[in-house]
Amino acid sequence: MRIPCPYCGLRDAHEFSYLGDATVSRPAPDMPDAQEAFFHYVYLRENPAGAHEELWYHAAGCRQWLVVSRDTRTHEISGASFARAPKADASHAEVKP
Amino acid sequence: MSRLSSGGLIDRATPLAFTFDGRSYKGFAGDTLASALLANDVRLVGRSFKYHRPRGVFSAGSEEPNALVELRTGARREPNTRATMAELYEGLEATSQNRWPSLAFDLLSANQWFSSVLGAGFYYKTFMWPAALWEKLYEPAIRRAAGLGRAAEQADPDSYEKAFAFCDVLVIGGGPSGLLAALTAGRAGARVILADEDTILGGRLNSARTAIDDAAPGAFLARARAELSALPNVRVMPRTTIFGVYDGGTYGALERVGDHLSVPAPFQPRQRYWKIVAKRAVLCAGAFDRPIVFGGNDRPGVMSAQALRTYAVRYAVTPGRNAVVFANNDHAWSAAFDAADAGVKVSAIVDVRETPPPALLAGATARNIRVIAGGEVIATSGKCLSSITVRTRGGTETLQAEVLGISGGATPNLALTSYFGGRPKYDAALAAFVPDQTPPGLSVAGAAAGQFSLAQCFATGAAQGVAAARDAGFAATPAPLPETGDTPTSLSAFWHVQGSKGLAFVDFQNDVSAKDIAIAHKEGFRAVELLKRYTTLGMATDQGKSSNMAGLAIMAELTGQGIGETGTTLFRPPFTPVALGALAGHHREKDFRPTRPTPTHDWARKQGAVFVETGLWLRAQYFPKPGETDWLETVTREVKAVRSSVGLIDVSTFGKIDLQGSDVGVFLDRVYINTFSTLAVGKARYGVMLREDGLVMDDGTTARLADDHYVMTTTTANAAKVYQHLEFCLQVLWPDLDVQLASISEQWAQIAIAGPKSREVLAQVVDAPLDVSNTGLPFMGAVEGRVMGGVKARIFRLSFSGELGYEIAVPARHGEALTRALMAAGAPFGITPYGTEALGVMRIEKGHVSGNELTGQTSARDLGLGKMASTKKDYIGRVMAGRPAFADRDRATFIGFKPVDRAQRLRAGAHFLPLGAVPVMENDEGYMSSVAYSPTLDHWIGLGFLKGGRARIGQKVRAYDPVRGGDIEVEVCDPGFVDPEGERLRV
Ligand SMILES: [Zn+2]
Repeated sequence: MRIPCPYCGLRDAHEFSYLGDATVSRPAPDMPDAQEAFFHYVYLRENPAGAHEELWYHAAGCRQWLVVSRDTRTHEISGASFARAPKADASHAEVKP
Repeated sequence: MSRLSSGGLIDRATPLAFTFDGRSYKGFAGDTLASALLANDVRLVGRSFKYHRPRGVFSAGSEEPNALVELRTGARREPNTRATMAELYEGLEATSQNRWPSLAFDLLSANQWFSSVLGAGFYYKTFMWPAALWEKLYEPAIRRAAGLGRAAEQADPDSYEKAFAFCDVLVIGGGPSGLLAALTAGRAGARVILADEDTILGGRLNSARTAIDDAAPGAFLARARAELSALPNVRVMPRTTIFGVYDGGTYGALERVGDHLSVPAPFQPRQRYWKIVAKRAVLCAGAFDRPIVFGGNDRPGVMSAQALRTYAVRYAVTPGRNAVVFANNDHAWSAAFDAADAGVKVSAIVDVRETPPPALLAGATARNIRVIAGGEVIATSGKCLSSITVRTRGGTETLQAEVLGISGGATPNLALTSYFGGRPKYDAALAAFVPDQTPPGLSVAGAAAGQFSLAQCFATGAAQGVAAARDAGFAATPAPLPETGDTPTSLSAFWHVQGSKGLAFVDFQNDVSAKDIAIAHKEGFRAVELLKRYTTLGMATDQGKSSNMAGLAIMAELTGQGIGETGTTLFRPPFTPVALGALAGHHREKDFRPTRPTPTHDWARKQGAVFVETGLWLRAQYFPKPGETDWLETVTREVKAVRSSVGLIDVSTFGKIDLQGSDVGVFLDRVYINTFSTLAVGKARYGVMLREDGLVMDDGTTARLADDHYVMTTTTANAAKVYQHLEFCLQVLWPDLDVQLASISEQWAQIAIAGPKSREVLAQVVDAPLDVSNTGLPFMGAVEGRVMGGVKARIFRLSFSGELGYEIAVPARHGEALTRALMAAGAPFGITPYGTEALGVMRIEKGHVSGNELTGQTSARDLGLGKMASTKKDYIGRVMAGRPAFADRDRATFIGFKPVDRAQRLRAGAHFLPLGAVPVMENDEGYMSSVAYSPTLDHWIGLGFLKGGRARIGQKVRAYDPVRGGDIEVEVCDPGFVDPEGERLRV
């Protein structure tokens, strides 16, 4: 598998380490049902067959956390962007393989 | 000798000597071991896997099921090497395998008389026998009887490499279609890699006499090879097998760099594992000639008809004095004609078809080859083949034959197309599965696509070369195709001779016979995937390349379904066996797990240090002195020296992370359970960080050097993990924070000195005006300054040992000089270097947690660190650490232990039980995590986790250690064994 790092270019997947679903976000710690929300955030994941946004860390490269769009059925990667930049205003950082 | 007097691609000027089972033979450069054995009339080369039946060479390529040998000897001994792929070299040593006591006389061949019990499902049924007898009786017997070659018992002396290559068009296979694809794409300017399993480009053209452009194929091949090598954008990789297709256009390839030599050339690897990244690929892998199933079809001397052609034409070998061909297709006839024209005496062609094409009949007549149309071979005889029995329209007839070339048609070599789950589809006209869906970017040409004739290979190869180059962005144009008189081949589907005599094999390598398929059918294992597992059809080193098709066809006959409906099992990588050594490449031993020496490693070695591995680091464990008889004596001396005077230890292995930016304090507050934003400049603080699930991830000391500058230390083991975690927090959770991180673990050496005299030692190495007095540098102080006359340094007043102590960080290259300076300054006090053992003893005496306690299953409260947690802020893990179970009174928490009988030794790993309780899980109350003999207290002490924790101080429990026979009473106590108030730290 090859991942299009916005900083380093198209690189072999061996250089990256995988974390998982990039769409979950850390709940507000002071919300009334925080413990329940954190339980979901820490332990529960969807396992979609198809499009998946996921976090990869370019450990043997630029050390940036990336949001990679991957189809879990085919491993086709349709793009990657820096996790640091929210997707909406980071079109310049989005690269295609 | 069965070497023909002329012809072939062998170099008769270069004779090569080799041995097989200890006997000496001669071959030529250009031979494979298989062709050289056949040239020396060695026809029996191995015994089969299950029944130990005598077997000979079946094929001339990578699909070989029978001719597996042990190649080389000693550390280079390599089992299951296909003799058909092993290039001959001077001094080659090969040994037959799976026979006892000898190849010619094998006692275990008696297995074949028990084929009725060893048949399909044998393993599964055997597991149903009385279990008590399995271990003692069945398994040793089966292991002895089955199995193939023996692996080398010494370490592999050769090296292997991994490499990447990139191209626009990868062409897989160097036969007629591959050559045209590579030429077409190469001429268009695309970067082309042509990977060919064979040693010389040409594929089947090296074994054929078919005219191309009115000349022998050699002339065309010479032109093609010359043009390819002249194109700078084309890279030809011979001896390279593409064994896998992976995501993103990545292909796994194995290049046999030195397998054709007795030892690899100097500074060259034996094999190289390539990852080839290609925008497009064209599979031109050809086809396999598949056997016909009939009784005695496994006898040495029976080989594929195309292999007969290859041995005759390419290797100038007649594999037997009298050849007969048994087939159902035209292509086998041209093989017989080429073999005859090369000098093999072909006496007959038996074709199951009643009326073979007239042109073929004319060709046979011209060569004086008898034709038996509508005939079937029903039996064979001879230890190695001597005669065959043919059933004809008129009855049966026995023919003399030392070699029988059989062909049931061609099976496209399409394994790579199904690695992404693509299911081949059945083409009834070809009686073959052909590719349907292929992996992204991979197209198929030539025989692999069911385009079997030479003209079709040229045409589809060129067309796919154009398409691939265009897809990769090059303006490719079709070139004129070579002229060939070859015509499309015809066949009549035929799989299995009914009513033949003896075991009729479908899969030679696994001894699967037609009868086994019938058993599988009768017992309900009819789906192809079940058929495979139940009978082992298509397993082992050849993966059924030649055998699968007939097996599926026979099952289809039995079920009455069509072959297309029956379907085929899918293939998985690797296409041919790949040595683990090649996958590992240079990543073995120290290149897999390199040693990280500390900055003072050489110095410590000269002091006689004994080293211990901590992760990749090699750290001084203790420093024995002459006359000391065991490690405990040494460690005790080191501890006493620190507690009474001063000692020195290299602590450079801790992870060190530099944090800068206006928000570092806020950031640290969020990743540590305690507060760092309020830490004064010039001070350090011990911190604990959790994972988001509420369990402790790591601990360490972080110092503030400036308003916007902190330096963090992590444990040695977790340095990389913590760094990655901090980057995650910064980039993913809180990208708005102004914080920059850098790992500085390698850049700074850090030397700790500890003991009541440590300040006096330190004072001698620091440069003015740095003040290290108790007021200038109080406990937990952190300052920057200079040491040893101008070397930049960071000095932290920290202590892990419980004594007055300092850690001095200098740029790594000055680490050894600093150590020498401190040793010189400390000489009047008897400064003592100490290692990780003494450090560990002292931390246990102080009741500090370490790696044995930070297991990833312990919370801050479990570790007795719950009070550090701030209630005024949120931090990673806070919410989940608040789950009720973590506050359970019965949860095992951190506490100290000492033996009731002080003379007794404690053991880490012992479990705690109430006194008098039976040792069962329900009574388990926790376990001992760390123990040490305390030189200060003069008895063993321990740390661990016990239900109820501190509330049980003063109670006695049983420390039960059945693994090492330990079972003693221990007293629960405060974990601070030495100076619990910490007065010595603050002097
Ligand atoms: Zn990168």
